[in-house]
Amino acid sequence: MTFATPRQVFSLFEADVRTRNRNAAERRFRLYGVIAITISMLALALLLFTVLDNGLGAFRQTFIEIKVPLDPARLDPSGTRDVEAMKKVTTIGYGKVIQAGLVATLAEAGIATDDSSVRDVFNLISKEAPAQLRNRVLANPDLIGTTIDFRAFASGRVDGYFKGRVSMASAELDSNISPAQLAIADEMKAKGLMGLHFNWDFILGPDASELRPEAAGLGVAIIGSAYMMLIVLVLSLPLGVAASIYLEEFAPTNRWTDLIEVNIANLAAVPSIVFGILGLAIFINFAGLPQSAPIVGGLVLTLMTLPTIIISTRASLKSVPPSIRDAALGVGASKMQTIFHHVLPLAMPGILTGTIIGLAQALGETAPLLLIGMVAFVRDFPASPPEGFFDPASALPVQVYNFTQRADPAFVERASGAIIVLLVFLLVMNAVAIILRRRFERRW
Amino acid sequence: MNTFKITAAAVLMATTGLAGVAVARDQIQIAGSSTVLPYATIVAEAFGENFDFPTPVVEGGGSGAGRKKLCEGVDENTIDIANSSSRISQGDIDLCKTNGVNEIMEVRIGYDGIVFASEINGPEFAFTPADWYGALAANVIKDGAITANTNKTWADVNPELPAQDILAFIPGTKHGTREVFDVKVLEEGCKDTGAYDAFLKAAGDDKKAAAKSCLELRTDGVSVDIDGDYTETLSRLDANKNAIGVFGLSFYQNNTDKLRVATMKDIVPSTETIASGEYPVSRPLYFYVKKAHLGVIPGLQEYIDFFVSDDMAGPNGPLAAYGLVSDPELAATQAAVAAGTPMGPLN
Repeated sequence: MTFATPRQVFSLFEADVRTRNRNAAERRFRLYGVIAITISMLALALLLFTVLDNGLGAFRQTFIEIKVPLDPARLDPSGTRDVEAMKKVTTIGYGKVIQAGLVATLAEAGIATDDSSVRDVFNLISKEAPAQLRNRVLANPDLIGTTIDFRAFASGRVDGYFKGRVSMASAELDSNISPAQLAIADEMKAKGLMGLHFNWDFILGPDASELRPEAAGLGVAIIGSAYMMLIVLVLSLPLGVAASIYLEEFAPTNRWTDLIEVNIANLAAVPSIVFGILGLAIFINFAGLPQSAPIVGGLVLTLMTLPTIIISTRASLKSVPPSIRDAALGVGASKMQTIFHHVLPLAMPGILTGTIIGLAQALGETAPLLLIGMVAFVRDFPASPPEGFFDPASALPVQVYNFTQRADPAFVERASGAIIVLLVFLLVMNAVAIILRRRFERRW
Repeated sequence: MNTFKITAAAVLMATTGLAGVAVARDQIQIAGSSTVLPYATIVAEAFGENFDFPTPVVEGGGSGAGRKKLCEGVDENTIDIANSSSRISQGDIDLCKTNGVNEIMEVRIGYDGIVFASEINGPEFAFTPADWYGALAANVIKDGAITANTNKTWADVNPELPAQDILAFIPGTKHGTREVFDVKVLEEGCKDTGAYDAFLKAAGDDKKAAAKSCLELRTDGVSVDIDGDYTETLSRLDANKNAIGVFGLSFYQNNTDKLRVATMKDIVPSTETIASGEYPVSRPLYFYVKKAHLGVIPGLQEYIDFFVSDDMAGPNGPLAAYGLVSDPELAATQAAVAAGTPMGPLN
């Protein structure tokens, strides 16, 4: 027997070995947590920094401001100011008009251009400029004969020079720009004929080919994405909510509903490209819907978003306390009245949050769109809905992918700029989800 | 229960209703080779600007995939034009026939050069196909016998080359560019070094087996397949300054400030040397038009006429400015396109 052992004395002020060990373990665990958070924050900060660092430049663009005399002999040879007849003059003709205007503007500003050919000077202006001028003149034939102030994009290399991407040394080796051209650009900037401005066309304008990276914009992609999100919302919210109410409140618990539940949970984890293959087979090849159209993209993304919405809706229906249901049934409401008057309104914040998170996921999806022809060069804006749903369009994540594939270095900046726009969209959607939850959530 | 039924019925009707709408397509749809893609977008853009037709929709996806899509059928929701960086195969033509696509027009738009380039600050390289074979092949000829390739530096292959470690980024096997590299560089080099004759002897006069042996590459990491596009090759080159990358001429021309191009058989690659046939590594680029869609899809004939016009595909046009080697026989192509001549059997 060990009764004789003297009682051990503890001090409250001095921790014994085991307490010290326990406390140390806790401190270590907290440290691990802090380290984990720091690493993830650093990774996020690095990601955001590189994207912002690369992409912010895309929102500002170098513009050239010149005076262009609109020569009637060249732009309206028939002299009738008839738009149909004037359409015969192509952008090549308008290019010559701009070239003349540019040379005259430079001469007026006293910038010597003798040591470089007129062609070199003209190459400072984007290839987009003749098209812009042509559209402006065709929209307003009365301009012909007058001299207009014309603001055009500077070419991608000149823009790169002012943003630090191109230098005199690199221009020496570059086949697309020469130091002499950059010297003229410098002078033009000093005279105020050239400068960096905020570029709305990057957000609102259509995509452009590789010959004019400076003109490429996200307009068509943003509209395409918006159309798709609209379709996803209109189709998947009622479908998803109806399915979850039935499964959660009305369906009997048997083998069939179990099977359905397991399948819904599995569907949520199916790789998105599978939905793309399905969309190609059903919507395009079977139903005969057009390729590259937001309607097909929207339908495919609806299929992809449905499981997410069903799962989150069921979770929020489940979280409504049974006492609410009991009380409603107790005062004589029917089951349907109980659900639609009491349970559903209380579950609404959760449903909306789940829906918006599902939409945000769908917004960033690229893989299924690859298969239905949305990874394409689309320059024309789709019409307004509902016809516009059937017109070809691009989508934001697809546009990022497209920009990264192109050879001209100016597209690197634009790809990051497109990522920024996409991130802003996601941020806004998530913010709306949080606000909805905060506003309408009730706790018991 | 009622509400659920009504909602479900409404949604179902909406979905099937949408699916039932048959929409006449008014813009041209194009898919195929990612090498031809930039040229096609340049033409599509100019076409949309200057004509009253909508801008064509141009997709990438690869030559083979584009041709398969073209051959899917003659419905309006199949594509009108397939871009291709290699010639259509008999298999594709047969597939087209089974799906009712009987008449295809073949249009050769010009030539594309394949260049070898290294980091701008590195040494100059002057290659021959034999050098590439000696650097990358799994088996080479040494003292008249077939031995495993142990060359470490380019100087080991050819004393006139810099003593730089061999490291090459070549296009992956799914690229059309790789085919050209195989045929015009590796096979060529294999024959030049005499390895082909040795393989032929070893295989007992089996020409196919000998040609296959020529294309076997080392697996010790000096030859890296790039399955992505040229932008990936460029960034890999940026990370490995002593590597050599394989690029398309137009990509190189857009990045001359970062890349130093190597000569092949002492010829500097340029649109001129490729057009004259002096520079050996080049290939024709094509697009294939579904004749059944001419007159059905508005603007299709105008688009292909515009594509091969001198304003676009000519030696001073925007395509040449981007790096396309203009076809010396463009006039014949223009005439064939205007007449709508379908392609004959492959020869």
